[in-house]
Amino acid sequence: MSGADIGLVLAVFIACAVEAVEALTIVLAVGITRSWRSTLLGLAAALAVLGLTTVALGPALTTLPIGVLRVVVGGLLLIFGLQWLRKAVLRASRLKALHDEDETFAQETAAARDAGDVPAGIDPYSFTVSFKGVFLEGLEVVFIVLTFGANQHRIGLAAAAAAAAVLLVAIVGVAAHAPLSRVPENVMKFGVGVMLTSFGIFWGSEGAGAHWPGSDAALLAIVPAVLLLGIVQVRVLRSQRQLAPQPIGEVGLE
Amino acid sequence: MTRIRTVAQFAWDFVVGDDWRIAVSVVAALGLTALIAAAGVAAWWVMPVAVAATLSASVWRVARRALKA
Repeated sequence: MSGADIGLVLAVFIACAVEAVEALTIVLAVGITRSWRSTLLGLAAALAVLGLTTVALGPALTTLPIGVLRVVVGGLLLIFGLQWLRKAVLRASRLKALHDEDETFAQETAAARDAGDVPAGIDPYSFTVSFKGVFLEGLEVVFIVLTFGANQHRIGLAAAAAAAAVLLVAIVGVAAHAPLSRVPENVMKFGVGVMLTSFGIFWGSEGAGAHWPGSDAALLAIVPAVLLLGIVQVRVLRSQRQLAPQPIGEVGLE
Repeated sequence: MTRIRTVAQFAWDFVVGDDWRIAVSVVAALGLTALIAAAGVAAWWVMPVAVAATLSASVWRVARRALKA
């Protein structure tokens, strides 16, 4: 397995684990409060649609010329990666609220209770909320699997890493029977943001016609450099918060 | 029409996200890289510089807003 393959597996596994933790919270809240059968049907339907999307789009992407593929994939990974990194930096600096699985679980449970009686047979509320939660969280993972996988012609490896993450979170979730609120989600999102941004810089530049000194080995410098950039941003923002004449609250993002 | 608009809005939010300036900067930096590379000059440095500037500008916009609030 090459260094790029290890990067692919790590980025996809961590990204998928984070999204699976968020989806698990929704599934648990609806399943415990209303109907497990309908919730699990919604979960299965969403996973099926996500799997079909990967199978349908994956081969189509790999037929693109390598230059076009790299510039498109690099650009998309950069846009996506910078959004992840930006949010992680703002959360680590306490300028944006951390994602709280316990709070989300409480909100989803309250909403499920307020949704009326549970009908006999399929419960549309449980099915829809479960499907929507899993599909929307999973779509980001499909995007990462397709872009990373297509560029290295390793969609199978990327999909396997994603499936392993889902399986792990499902096993831990079933064992805990509660939201996985102790998972360090922001640290993981920070790591995914660094990986997506780094690979985006590398592939985007190559696709646009640039040549990296040291070829693939350049990634060994790009990844630590992006990580350092993120850490410096957090440190500077935290020091600004401490220097502020009055306490700074969290702000909503536009 | 409403359904098309909903799908388009979803796609925009999904890809572009919270700060549209990031997407614009990435596209512009890729274009600049292509132009410089086509001129036969080393262009590998453009994306790292653009990423550092884009991320810094984006987080500082939020920080400035928080400092003013």
